[in-house]
Amino acid sequence: MALESLSRIVTVAGKESRHIRRDPLSLAMLLGVPGMMVVLYGFALNFDVKNIALAISDRDQSEASRSIAASFTHSGYFVLKRFSAASLDLEALMKRREATAILVVPEGFGETVAAGRRAELQLLLDGSNSNTATTALNYASALVGDANERLLARRAERAPPIQLRPRVWYNPELESSHFLVPGLMGFILMITSVVATALSVVREKERGTMEQIRLAPLRMGELIAGKTLPYLFLSLVASAIILVVARAVFGVSVRGSYTELFAATTLYLTGALGWGLFVSTLATTQQQAFQIAMLSSMLPAVLLSGFVFPIRSMPVLMQYVSYAVPARYYLVVSRGIILKGSSITLYPRELLLLLAYTVVVLTLATVGLRRKAS
Amino acid sequence: MKLARVGRVLVKELHQLRRDRRMYPILFVAPVLQLLALGYAATTDVKNVTTLVVDLDRSAESRRLLDRFRASGYFDFVGFEGSIAGVERWLASGQAQVAVVIAEGYGRELGAGRSAAVQILADGSDANSAGIGLGYAARVVAAESAEMAARGRGPIRAVAREGGIVLLPRVWYNPELLSRWYMVPAVLAMVLTLVTTTLSSMAIVREKELGTLEQLIVTPLGAFELVAGKLLPFAFIGITQVLIVMPIATHVFGVPLRGSAFLLVALSALYLLTTLGLGLLMSTLARTQQQAMMGSAFLVMLPMIYLSGTIFPIESMPSAFRFISRFIPLTYYSLILRSIFLKGAGFLDLWPEAAALLGFGAGIASLAALRFRKTLD
Repeated sequence: MALESLSRIVTVAGKESRHIRRDPLSLAMLLGVPGMMVVLYGFALNFDVKNIALAISDRDQSEASRSIAASFTHSGYFVLKRFSAASLDLEALMKRREATAILVVPEGFGETVAAGRRAELQLLLDGSNSNTATTALNYASALVGDANERLLARRAERAPPIQLRPRVWYNPELESSHFLVPGLMGFILMITSVVATALSVVREKERGTMEQIRLAPLRMGELIAGKTLPYLFLSLVASAIILVVARAVFGVSVRGSYTELFAATTLYLTGALGWGLFVSTLATTQQQAFQIAMLSSMLPAVLLSGFVFPIRSMPVLMQYVSYAVPARYYLVVSRGIILKGSSITLYPRELLLLLAYTVVVLTLATVGLRRKAS
Repeated sequence: MKLARVGRVLVKELHQLRRDRRMYPILFVAPVLQLLALGYAATTDVKNVTTLVVDLDRSAESRRLLDRFRASGYFDFVGFEGSIAGVERWLASGQAQVAVVIAEGYGRELGAGRSAAVQILADGSDANSAGIGLGYAARVVAAESAEMAARGRGPIRAVAREGGIVLLPRVWYNPELLSRWYMVPAVLAMVLTLVTTTLSSMAIVREKELGTLEQLIVTPLGAFELVAGKLLPFAFIGITQVLIVMPIATHVFGVPLRGSAFLLVALSALYLLTTLGLGLLMSTLARTQQQAMMGSAFLVMLPMIYLSGTIFPIESMPSAFRFISRFIPLTYYSLILRSIFLKGAGFLDLWPEAAALLGFGAGIASLAALRFRKTLD
């Protein structure tokens, strides 16, 4: 009985594999796109804001003003685009986007500093990119803070009372590409696997071959297993490619166990493929299936997984919604295994919730398919 | 080209769209959902950093510092440990993002007028939050330090209480630095790109796959008439989406529309030339709908969105990527949207970008039309 069932699953899987093989372009996309996306996004999704276009209007021209200007230009965060000893047309600079930040040193700055009085520096920021502006402001505050400390130290020759000693674990350089790799894995695998299975059932419907499958002596579970297994295999190969690319290009290697990582990935992928099947029971054309698949996989995996945007900063309602997003749990586990070298046993809650998601989604897909079949 | 013939294709396409009831919610509800999700969830502001407290000193001074951490609003205390050995488990499992460690003797050192150290351990596997969390911690500690000094505790007794350099920042266009104001125009750009490109990428290949392209070929329609008739309804859908999203952006999210709404719509229409052209190009290259959809999503739209500065700033990319971004039409469209919304830019400020859009659009659309004529032959 079980053996017969197995052989039927293998038959369906074989048929699906032939479909995949006969469309080498789609196959190449399923396997090649994940690797390509890691490279692309690893570089593009960079939160290390650098090269902020800076203009300086130094109306003071004193030693103190030159020293503060130099600390900005040598910091590595800012690129000096314009320098003027007179006043600049600030409005025009901003509107034409020649400068994102403008530092204005007023006349008399050096004298005020030397006299030990409060000296003001003005910084104008283009807030239309709030992200870059916030970072630029933080950099500038830090640079001014350093300058103040140097001043204080020179005067008092003592250190400030409380010293902060920060230490970063797991990713000491705080490199974006490191923390992005596990998130990208979850995001990319989600999209490709949901899209692949979502199309596989609708295609049969649209081409009229669903009837033939319906007449075949197949149980629903066998059909589902046969349809998903080839894509599961493909997606696992794609995740291996992602890991190889991440290591070659960004030097991110897996610190924990590969077996555990692939076990967690398989569980996650099964849920994603199940969601794809469920989507294909909702749609009647490939176009619908594709649109629903893209929207329902991509948006939550980017927005609500904590991959790019911290969940704890979101409104409470959004935080609740994020509990239904499997990428959220996978992200915790894959970050743990890849970056921290933790064991999978540290994350029983996440794994259980992933399992629950997978079971629910596969049940939905079975019910949906059965309804379609009858 | 006969307008009447274009009209007939248009009617056929509209019929097909109308019959496809399930596409309605996808076309008109999905953009709104996207907008809400991105507008509310896509905040890069880091708040409520989960914090583990290891206070080995348990003095009045250490409690003061911890209170300051809590009162800052950025840190959320999720646990307390009595020894440093307990920290590892919290950070490894992700239950805490940072740990504040105050060593024994902190209060005594300060009381004796010497420097004392506070250690912050951060989980760098989320580099973004960790970096920002450390920045907050530095500010909290600096504030406490300054107050200590002002009260005459610690080594520098109120040295230069008022002296030093003060930074007076002023932010234009988005004074409160709300990420929402940055994201919402981005959603408009994304929605328009996603929907119109996908729709037009299916335009020809669907007929190919269903075997109805032959019928279209034997009609006396010219290639251009066929293309125009097929793409106009999608352009209409695109403009409708802009008109739906704009009031939500301004009324629900409070993003100011400082420039002209008419200019925004007009330049969006210009951008449609690019997206519809790209979709059509995909449609002529692909053999099946699956290829067309996956190709336009993975090879065209996603790279376009991520490399155009729509969501992630171009400044931070490596120089090769910054160079590539200049050849992406979406780069110019996103810039136009943000400038009109936030800076109130007019056509005189934006004509170079508009010219770029026109150039790219005309180039892509004619390339697609040429390829399409070949497909028909």
